Amino acid sequence: MNERLKVKKTYKLFIGGAFPRSESGRTYEVKGSDGGFIANACMASRKDLKDAVVAARSAQSTWASATAYNRGQILYRIAEMLEGRSEQFVKEISASEGISELKAEREVLAAIDRWVWYAGWSDKLAVLAGSTNPVSGPYYNFTIPEAMGVVGAIATEKNSLLGLVDAIAPIIVSGNTCIVLASGTAPLSAMTFAEVLATSDLPHGVCNILTGSKEELAPWFASHMDINGLDISGVDEPSLVSDIKTAGAQNLKRIHSFSKVQDPKRILAFMEAKTIWHPIGV
Amino acid sequence: MKYYGLVDGTEASLKNFLKSLPGVDQVGAEARAAMLGTRSIKTSSKKKAIDLAISMVDLTTLEGADTAGKVTALASKAVRPDPTDPTVPSVGAICVYNDMVSIARKHLDLVGGSHVPVAAVCTAFPSGRATMPVKIQDTIDAMDAGAGEIDMVIDRGAFLSGHLMDVFEEIVKIREVCGEKVHLKVILETGELVTYDNVRKASFLAMLAGADFIKTSTGKVAPAATPPVVLVMLEAVRDFYELTNKRIGVKPAGGIRNTKDAIKQLVLVNETAGPEWLTPSLFRIGASALLNDLLMQRMKIRDGYYASPTYVTID
Repeated sequence: MNERLKVKKTYKLFIGGAFPRSESGRTYEVKGSDGGFIANACMASRKDLKDAVVAARSAQSTWASATAYNRGQILYRIAEMLEGRSEQFVKEISASEGISELKAEREVLAAIDRWVWYAGWSDKLAVLAGSTNPVSGPYYNFTIPEAMGVVGAIATEKNSLLGLVDAIAPIIVSGNTCIVLASGTAPLSAMTFAEVLATSDLPHGVCNILTGSKEELAPWFASHMDINGLDISGVDEPSLVSDIKTAGAQNLKRIHSFSKVQDPKRILAFMEAKTIWHPIGV
Repeated sequence: MKYYGLVDGTEASLKNFLKSLPGVDQVGAEARAAMLGTRSIKTSSKKKAIDLAISMVDLTTLEGADTAGKVTALASKAVRPDPTDPTVPSVGAICVYNDMVSIARKHLDLVGGSHVPVAAVCTAFPSGRATMPVKIQDTIDAMDAGAGEIDMVIDRGAFLSGHLMDVFEEIVKIREVCGEKVHLKVILETGELVTYDNVRKASFLAMLAGADFIKTSTGKVAPAATPPVVLVMLEAVRDFYELTNKRIGVKPAGGIRNTKDAIKQLVLVNETAGPEWLTPSLFRIGASALLNDLLMQRMKIRDGYYASPTYVTID
């Protein structure tokens, strides 16, 4: 019997709920830990980023106006889908990061658990970070945390799936929409993750995933006037960090880098406080 | 010479002339429009194209919910699309409903925009379903209120059922009402004409009857200004120029929402009708959301980073 010809997967970008190739037509080779070829991934350009921002912006108001309970349910649904796909993630991660399947499985399960942990925060944020403020007058005065808008994130190179979850979940749980640049060396699980998002109930454009070079794209993330916040936890080089902060100063972008994982501060960093006065007895 | 000497004003001569027009190669027109759409435009030409496109925009608001406030805001924007940058040109015109014309005209003059004309949509826009006296009065009202351009709709029902002469006479009458000073644009509503052959016929019919511009759509019907339709209309004005030595303008309207689409239209103009048409007096783009995208792309080229809709007006 003839040997079966393998049907190999084309890894593309995830923008506005669709899977386009990079507008530039560029790709790069993703290599395993042994240096062997695994797959071609898209090398996103600044114009892909621009398209992703347009998608994220147009999805933002609807996503933010969904009830916190509903957002939490949708995120939990994504965890259900991840669970069903866990075997595929294990294989991809162990091939591209050169770790044993057992270790890869531990990472995948940790990623799912962390996703669920963040999903649970959805309807608790207002209670945690909001307040009723004491005032001397016939008024109520409330402070409510609100989503900031469109937030970018540069995911860490190591622990590709876990890093991706750390980047995406805290941003979108509060009602932000995000554009995340996945790990450059191990982008494959990010695109499989995008397939999970595409088949869950997450509205198109809430999460957009790019693959490519952070040296090339991070400054464009920072200078883009329509990105309100930026998580640069995945950027280690001090010169790149300072470039990003300089470029982001123009529109007073909130740029954060987090060392702690599984921390509600990662959510609150991309929220803003809104204070409302309301007369008593009306 | 009346009707450019091509027809003598009888139904038979009009039908014969339109019949003599060659049919449109549908596959060829679509392929050519798609091919021209893939042209890559480099930064320096893009900058020029964006400014040209801004000067060609007919800034439009045609909603039942239009208010005087919205129209005056639009008029201010038409004169100075980007108040932070005086090098941005004014738009080609502002396009409003009949009853908003005087408000728009007054406000334009007030804010130093006397060079920006007001275009009024007339003749029972958008359906064209009214009797002729009503359509004529509609046009006179708009002109009295200060409209410098009239965008009239044709009776598509009559055109599709073969009553070409009715459509022709209607345009001729409105042309008479407009006189020589007021610009007449004839809206074909290509989305309802079904075939490219009809688009070509209707284009010639409107040009013969005295249109200064042929316009694709009302913006109320989809599909609107698709590239192949615009291509067919540009070919029509080019052929008409060869027959009569008179240049008729083209105005695509509806569905052109971003800079990329607008530049594709300019490429079509340049490659089909020719560079002589690349001026606001012969090519206009009917749009509302497009202007903000053009301004944002212009900021991107000027500043070197991507702009945000937060920095342009909401309209």
